[in-house]
Amino acid sequence: MTTNHAKNDFKTLPLPEHTAGPVRRNGGVFKSLLSLARAAIWALFLLTFSANLAAQTGDDLPQPLEQLRLGSMAEREQAIEQLAEDSRNLKLLQALQDGQLMDWKAESRLVIASESAKGYNLRDPFDGKAVLADVERDAVGKLNLTNKLRSVLRKAIGGLQLNADSADMRLEAVKAIAKDADDKALQLLRKRLEKERDAAVLAAIQEALWLQDLNGDDKPARLAAITALKNINNQDAYNRLRELAEPDAEADPEVAEQARSAVKKIESRLQNYAAIETVFFGLSLGAVLVLASIGLAITFGVMGVINMAHGELMMLGAYTTYVMQQLLPEYLGTALIISIPMAFLVAALVGVIIERGIIRFLYGRPLETLLATFGVSLFLQQSVRSIFSPLNRSVSTPDWMSGSWQINDFLSLTWNRFYILIFCLLVFTALLQILKRTKLGLEVRAVAQNRGMARAMGIPTARVDAMTFGLGSGIAGVAGVALSQITNVGPNLGQAYIVDSFMVVVFGGVGNLFGTLVAGFSLGIANKFLEPYAGAVLAKILVLVFIILFIQKKPRGLFPQKGRAADG
Amino acid sequence: MKNLLKQDKTYASVLIALAAVTLIIPFCNLISSVDSPLHFSAYSVSLIGKYLCFALLGLSLDMVWGYAGILVLGQGAFFALGGYAMGMYLMRQIGTRGVYGNPELPDFMVFLNWSELPWYWLGFENFGFAMLMVFLAPGILAFVFGWLAFRSRVTGVYLSIITQALTYALLLAFFRNEMGFGGNNGLTDFKEILGFNIQSEAVRSMLLLLSGLSLIGALLLCRWIVNSKLGRVVTAIRDQESRVRFLGYRVELFKLWVFVFAAMLAGLAGALYVPQVGIINPSEFSPLNSLEIVIWVAVGGRGTLYGAIIGAVLVNYAKSVLTGLMPDAWLFCLGGAFILVTLLLPDGIVGLLRRRIKSKSLDLSLEGEPT
Repeated sequence: MTTNHAKNDFKTLPLPEHTAGPVRRNGGVFKSLLSLARAAIWALFLLTFSANLAAQTGDDLPQPLEQLRLGSMAEREQAIEQLAEDSRNLKLLQALQDGQLMDWKAESRLVIASESAKGYNLRDPFDGKAVLADVERDAVGKLNLTNKLRSVLRKAIGGLQLNADSADMRLEAVKAIAKDADDKALQLLRKRLEKERDAAVLAAIQEALWLQDLNGDDKPARLAAITALKNINNQDAYNRLRELAEPDAEADPEVAEQARSAVKKIESRLQNYAAIETVFFGLSLGAVLVLASIGLAITFGVMGVINMAHGELMMLGAYTTYVMQQLLPEYLGTALIISIPMAFLVAALVGVIIERGIIRFLYGRPLETLLATFGVSLFLQQSVRSIFSPLNRSVSTPDWMSGSWQINDFLSLTWNRFYILIFCLLVFTALLQILKRTKLGLEVRAVAQNRGMARAMGIPTARVDAMTFGLGSGIAGVAGVALSQITNVGPNLGQAYIVDSFMVVVFGGVGNLFGTLVAGFSLGIANKFLEPYAGAVLAKILVLVFIILFIQKKPRGLFPQKGRAADG
Repeated sequence: MKNLLKQDKTYASVLIALAAVTLIIPFCNLISSVDSPLHFSAYSVSLIGKYLCFALLGLSLDMVWGYAGILVLGQGAFFALGGYAMGMYLMRQIGTRGVYGNPELPDFMVFLNWSELPWYWLGFENFGFAMLMVFLAPGILAFVFGWLAFRSRVTGVYLSIITQALTYALLLAFFRNEMGFGGNNGLTDFKEILGFNIQSEAVRSMLLLLSGLSLIGALLLCRWIVNSKLGRVVTAIRDQESRVRFLGYRVELFKLWVFVFAAMLAGLAGALYVPQVGIINPSEFSPLNSLEIVIWVAVGGRGTLYGAIIGAVLVNYAKSVLTGLMPDAWLFCLGGAFILVTLLLPDGIVGLLRRRIKSKSLDLSLEGEPT
């Protein structure tokens, strides 16, 4: 239509210029034509205006509004159904559902009221924006709803939203309607099914209809519904099919048989999802273990220093997060991101102080180093306890990290664990790159391989030691930021991880970063697979015992260092 | 014996002091009435008894760390096992006097709705059997663990860390109610030992006497061992393990022997400790407790035997005083002690004393002993 018009315009518009002569000659005819057009436009304008006027002030709308305002419950139900036929009433109905639609006593009309300092702020019930007045609390009366009215209202809103523009809103509407669908609602859904283009909404409508078919009397339709539903991950469908699969629940043997096989099929899928979930939990636990132990892999693995205060450096990182969030209470997410470099700096600084102050006097005496750093860990713990109190501090999780990723009704993965998994891999890659590509990394590796030769080549070994220890400690601090998102931040945070992280490093093979990664993930997954059979605590004990036995068999871990460095 | 006392005056004085404490306190309480100034209160008797048990525990660690060079970060596990063996005997002595009045089952088992005694509780009503288990339970654990570890030549830091993992695993295990050892609360509410009321003063004095005598006996025994040929081989292993192996000694068997012996001593310490404090619970397995034992020995001076006793008594006395006065300061002090002792006093207080005596003629530097 529009293209047609445009073509016509294109052809007709230049016409007056070409026919300038004749028009001038027949000016009267043209003038009268023009005035006719003008009159027509006016008429059209007036007509629409009056129609609009009628829509707003005409007789058919206020009547249900009056019924809603003053009528009995039955009349109100009628009114809601009447209002539900026009999409312009959506705002009003939603306000009614939220309890915001009120009776403005002075004007005897319905308004949307929201709480204000004075009492209520009243707005127009149709667009919800135009402010009418600010009134005292008792100037308006609430509209009461019964449960029956609420369900009618929910369906009415669902029916209106079903035709909304946004696909998300339509999906919501389908779910709301499907919850307790009657014939009318089903009709709405069937109608929408023909028009719907969005795949997700389409699937949701389909599922709702199949579920209804399943409950109906039509046997072929029921069988078809079972066949369709057994391939779908829908909690309601699974529950219903399980009911049907119960012995004696279903009169028709064929339907019952089909339902049983469908349940079996869904359950086999459920097992797969459970396995995926376990692997995910295992990976996320592994990520935590890896984060906690890669700093240790540097200090213990590369430098050969037993740092029992490693857990407390993580604790410092977690407390840094807490402090940053206290400083920026409005921007929790930003505070969390800023606290990553901050935690690195804080922990690295403390690490360098420990190295310069204590450890450098004890190189080559690992057992003494162990004892001294244990003293440091007690010192740090008690400092935190004195400064921040012995109670756990709460670190908030920003919105984008909370909640979970709902893949389907049966499988959802929590975001915070997901982020920690990614974060762990990022930190690991960054550390690997630092060791491989930077000057510091080169020096670190040189000193680790042959200290005397490195010094002979002009590498300042003392400074490199301090920097390496600072790097390992800083990474512990970064791990603390991640831990603050999943466990309590308290003075004992570090202790809980120290034994585990040593186990991971030793299991993976000292001096081997990849070994640490593999060891962390495999221990995490092993732990989570054992948990359903043995319980959380026993699973942990079993893993510990396994590692103790493993070290007896292979004292140098999964991936032992080869060559001269192995003898050190 | 007289030769030994002449050789080492510090050793002699420690032995005499121990004998004095062990004999005088029970004797005073025996002859004096409650109000007399000679009388020691029940609190101080059990406190001193506790110190003596800790000293015995420290001694056991010094045998294995100071002489065999194995830094065990799980010595507390053996102590706790001995304690549990004693606690099980004491639990069985409660009989029908428990809250539920069950003649067979301890209260916590009735509470968990268990119908019969688990097999590993059988025999513990017999004092002799329980005493046997005080030595056997830690001894067998140490034997299995040590046999596996020393045979595959796990040494140094690795060994330290897996001993820590061992005690951590036991901590987690004993916290479980299903283990049948009272879970979180452990074993407590004891009534009597060998038919005598465990709360009575005579029994407390007797326990102190026994602890003191055990400590003196253990000290003499350890001294004899380290001066025997066996002890000399063990010391040689500490200093140069490979060389001793090349000389044809079965290094792992010597280490295993010392490790098991020390574990049994620790078990005895635990068994003496439990009736005096009246409770044993899983927190005794916590890695921190085992590390505290290490600091006793380090403060006192390792590789001297009596150093461990001095260290255990001093550190625990400081702990009692400080936790009473300033609870917050205790961990600062403990942490500081770890750092200062390793940096400045590698031979502990005993080393400092010896140096004082010798430094009149010799100018010694602050060099640490090689590990």
